[in-house]
Amino acid sequence: MHKLLTDSPGKKMLFLGNEAIARGAIEAGVAFATTYPGTPSSEISLNLFQVSHESDLYFEYSTNEKVALEVAAAAANSGLRTFCMMKHVGLNVAADPLMTLAYVGVKGGLVILTADDPFMFSSQNEQDNRYYGKLAGLPIFEPSSVQEARQMTVDAFDLSEQLGEPVILRTTTRVNHSSAFVALGELTPRNTKGDFKKDPFNYVTVPAVSRRLHVKLLENLDKAQALAETSAYNFTEGDGPWGIVCNGVSYNYVSDAVKELGIADKTRILRLGFSHPFPQDLIKTFLQGCERVLVAEEGEPFMEEAVKAFAQEAGLTLSIAGKGENLFSRLYEFDPALVRGVMAGYFGVPAIESQPVDRSDVPEIPQRPPNLCAGCSHRATYYAVKMAAEGKETIYPTDIGCYTLGFLPPLAMGDFLICMGSSVSTACGFSKATDKKVISFIGDSTFFHSGLTGLVNAVYNNHNFTLVILDNGTTAMTGHQPNPGVDMSNLNLSGYGRISIEAVVRAIGVEHVTVIKPYKVKKSIEAVKAALDHQGVSVIISQEMCTLYARSLKKLNVRAFRVTDKCKNHRDCIDQIGCPAFYLEGERVQINANTCVGCAVCAQICPGNAITPVKGKQAG
Amino acid sequence: MEKTRLIIVAVGGQGNLLASKVLGEAALLSGVPVRMSEIHGMAQRGGVVESAIVFGDAKSTIISDGEANVLVGFEPSETLRALNKCNAETTVITNMAPLPPFTVAIGRGTYPDLDQAQRLIRAKTKRLIAFDAVELATTAGSVMSVNIVLLGALIQTGIVPIPKENLEEAIRTKTKKAFVEANLRAFDLGFSAAKNA
Repeated sequence: MHKLLTDSPGKKMLFLGNEAIARGAIEAGVAFATTYPGTPSSEISLNLFQVSHESDLYFEYSTNEKVALEVAAAAANSGLRTFCMMKHVGLNVAADPLMTLAYVGVKGGLVILTADDPFMFSSQNEQDNRYYGKLAGLPIFEPSSVQEARQMTVDAFDLSEQLGEPVILRTTTRVNHSSAFVALGELTPRNTKGDFKKDPFNYVTVPAVSRRLHVKLLENLDKAQALAETSAYNFTEGDGPWGIVCNGVSYNYVSDAVKELGIADKTRILRLGFSHPFPQDLIKTFLQGCERVLVAEEGEPFMEEAVKAFAQEAGLTLSIAGKGENLFSRLYEFDPALVRGVMAGYFGVPAIESQPVDRSDVPEIPQRPPNLCAGCSHRATYYAVKMAAEGKETIYPTDIGCYTLGFLPPLAMGDFLICMGSSVSTACGFSKATDKKVISFIGDSTFFHSGLTGLVNAVYNNHNFTLVILDNGTTAMTGHQPNPGVDMSNLNLSGYGRISIEAVVRAIGVEHVTVIKPYKVKKSIEAVKAALDHQGVSVIISQEMCTLYARSLKKLNVRAFRVTDKCKNHRDCIDQIGCPAFYLEGERVQINANTCVGCAVCAQICPGNAITPVKGKQAG
Repeated sequence: MEKTRLIIVAVGGQGNLLASKVLGEAALLSGVPVRMSEIHGMAQRGGVVESAIVFGDAKSTIISDGEANVLVGFEPSETLRALNKCNAETTVITNMAPLPPFTVAIGRGTYPDLDQAQRLIRAKTKRLIAFDAVELATTAGSVMSVNIVLLGALIQTGIVPIPKENLEEAIRTKTKKAFVEANLRAFDLGFSAAKNA
């Protein structure tokens, strides 16, 4: 049985924050779950995917976040408790349905999880999605800890049904990826049979309907505010003239620092966990008891600006400080010492400086950046494209996935990236705006996510570029989730369709389409050359299963290679493809037989034909 | 309860997350509050994995620069890189068997000199316990047990408020059945290595 189905209320289990959130959804009786995977949210959906195999929970990996939220919106309006999960930038993709779904509302509880990523551990930006609550007019829950994340998820479903509105559950990486012991709650039975009652004058958002629905939304917002005023998630701690308003993980750092600085008798904390709509009466009452107030929140001054405005409304002139006064930064994530230092400075108490050792005489330590795996087919594809485009002035728009790492030397294949799907659409722009040869790269999952519409645009507007679709048969970056092009029988799952990328591309009307096997170096280079010569949109589909995924499926037939005495030390292998299976022994290049998967790309480019299979030995 | 802050650094694949899990379970058995956080940095693709584990009465799950009571490094250059987490009172435990980053392996970077690294860490921190954990893991029966060897050394120092028996119990319940015996041997070897260091 999946550990998240453990039916032992009160039992303590060590959970990752994301497991605690998935468990909370299960305890709430979630019946329907949709997602597009994205770090730091991915383990929530992975666990629910697994749970769906041994229960009547419906779960799907949707093609993108907009689709996921629309599928979820229908389920929730059929009365089912529904959970829709994504990373923060995913909510940009889902912003269109979000804004009007807030008008329409829901019948069954709908919780929308957005996992924000301060410091961008694995994201292209660190946008603060609390503003989506404000923009859409929806309630926001923000847990501070793993334990609280479980309970908040349960309560978010109740709140959603109480208000008839989706609730945004906003986490940050340090909640998603922290672990702690969590006491299990009761499991609520799932209602998996929904029903939709026709009511077009409340569901079909033509202007006349939406004008009324907007009124309803604002009324719901007022109701939500009344609930926020008395919510147990908005609590005060301690009593004294120095006030600190905080949320999420900032609360942890503030609470620890109050003890460490010995200012518990002078300080009161207001922790906002039900943080939108703002509990303004609670905030005003809090401010009235304070001489000065510090606002501690990662990201944007979301609470700070509101708190300052409420003080003005209440006629209070006390000092309220945070980011506006440059005490805190809008950049990156906080840490305990940083928050403690700001508190000591602002309240004028002796600081407790941490004293890291002096590292000025420590020699520079070589970096250990992530790298495309040994034998990764992306490396082979990039090499083929690079060779085929030799002598041409090129622009390489790239996209989001493992293959983004190809922008690093020695491959250096990647010139522009803003968001998922942008490789295709920016190729349209670059090819019109410049005279350079534009070759863009996108993965299979990302192609389905948001590359398709760009490709339709390219054909329709008659653009001129080559799109390389790196089809490794899985969504590798986030942990090998399936996507619409994946053979689900690999996962022993049936009842799924499978979409052929080649058929889709041809159906769109791309005239020059070639499928390559990137480990066949010469053939691949020739195929790419032909695609580059084509005037108009050409597409190369490079098919080879992700080696990590193939290994996990036991489909990797490893035949390691070695460098023989014929090696003349040209070092093309290291200088041009840089596979991590290579290492130097003295001045000689060697291949680590334990990491080599036998893709044989290096053997094909070696000018001395010095790389050959290890005879009679199976490695890996 | 007094706080104890532990940082574990490793290269992807060295079993850092399992080590954290075993420590967490042992903390539960010992009645010690524990919170942890992890940053994987694309571990499967050769990156660094850092875990922060806070024992005792604290809400924070991360550890600021200069605030670790103990640093456990599964790889010597990563131990050196994580020195920013240490202060003059920090105890450092490190495996000395290097896993050179790819840049070094292909001659585009210089791996730090191991003797110098030990001298530097010793001079800057309270105590350094350094040994070849790969060798001990191999002796124990599984090269995969490097993580457990280092847990043995950590528990021996007594810095983390977890009795030996509870950690051994967590190894029995939380590591794969086929590896339990090798892991228990690995734990003992690490424990002795720290005692004799």
